[in-house]
Amino acid sequence: MTDETSGQTRVTAEPGKQEIVITRVFDAPRDLVFETFTNPDLIPDWWGPARLSTTVDRMEVRSGGSWRFVQREADGPEFGFHGVFHEVSPYRIVQPFEFEGVPGHVALETATFEDLGGGRTRYTGRSVYQSLEDRDGMVASGMESGARESMDRIADLLAKG
Amino acid sequence: MTEDQLSTTFAALADPTRRAILARLAAAGEATVNELADPFPISLQAISKHLKVLERAGLIVRGKDAQFRPCRLDAAPLEIAAEWLENHRRAWQDRLDRFDQKLQEIQRARKESPS
Repeated sequence: MTDETSGQTRVTAEPGKQEIVITRVFDAPRDLVFETFTNPDLIPDWWGPARLSTTVDRMEVRSGGSWRFVQREADGPEFGFHGVFHEVSPYRIVQPFEFEGVPGHVALETATFEDLGGGRTRYTGRSVYQSLEDRDGMVASGMESGARESMDRIADLLAKG
Repeated sequence: MTEDQLSTTFAALADPTRRAILARLAAAGEATVNELADPFPISLQAISKHLKVLERAGLIVRGKDAQFRPCRLDAAPLEIAAEWLENHRRAWQDRLDRFDQKLQEIQRARKESPS
């Protein structure tokens, strides 16, 4: 774990466990990573897939506060996501997460931020789903968009030459 | 459809004995129930049960030979599971790449005009 390269995202989904764990190391101090992560003004810049516009309906960054984000296709449907901040403390966020397109299926997300020293920070996002089917279904439904996303990125790269 | 398939694959993989059986078949190509049971301290019946789970998940195919019915690995469901994971990883990679860009912008801005 200590030799993780910055910029690489690792995703772990153990068979038989209804959770997914995402880790990523950033070349930035922990205060800044946490601040950026919890800044409502910056959410539209990174939270959703690039092809959708993301707006923050509400985001009360404190324990007991609630949040709701909306994603829109250029000329089409909206997708809402919401939850409450069960806990926001320095370097740890605990929150249920619900996609309004599949109501009633709620995942519990825990985000932690570890100081690795030398101005590096490890983000770990752990999502626990209500069932194995939820976990597997959540990702299966993201498959098509995942594929499209990568095409967008290739296009981006080509445009930058 | 894909969802059910994934759940079946993951359920089948959620057992160390079954994963060991698959690893063995991946290395050996083909093996009989007796050969597969050999390294495990459990009964032939228990191994047969595991093989049935793997067969239902489409992870192994068994020969027609009534006496030995040798088992072979079928990697197709594993490829689907790997693809599932890769798609998820890519979506997160993309989101966190954009987050990282933001971080770098902020850091640069702070360096240029320290408050």
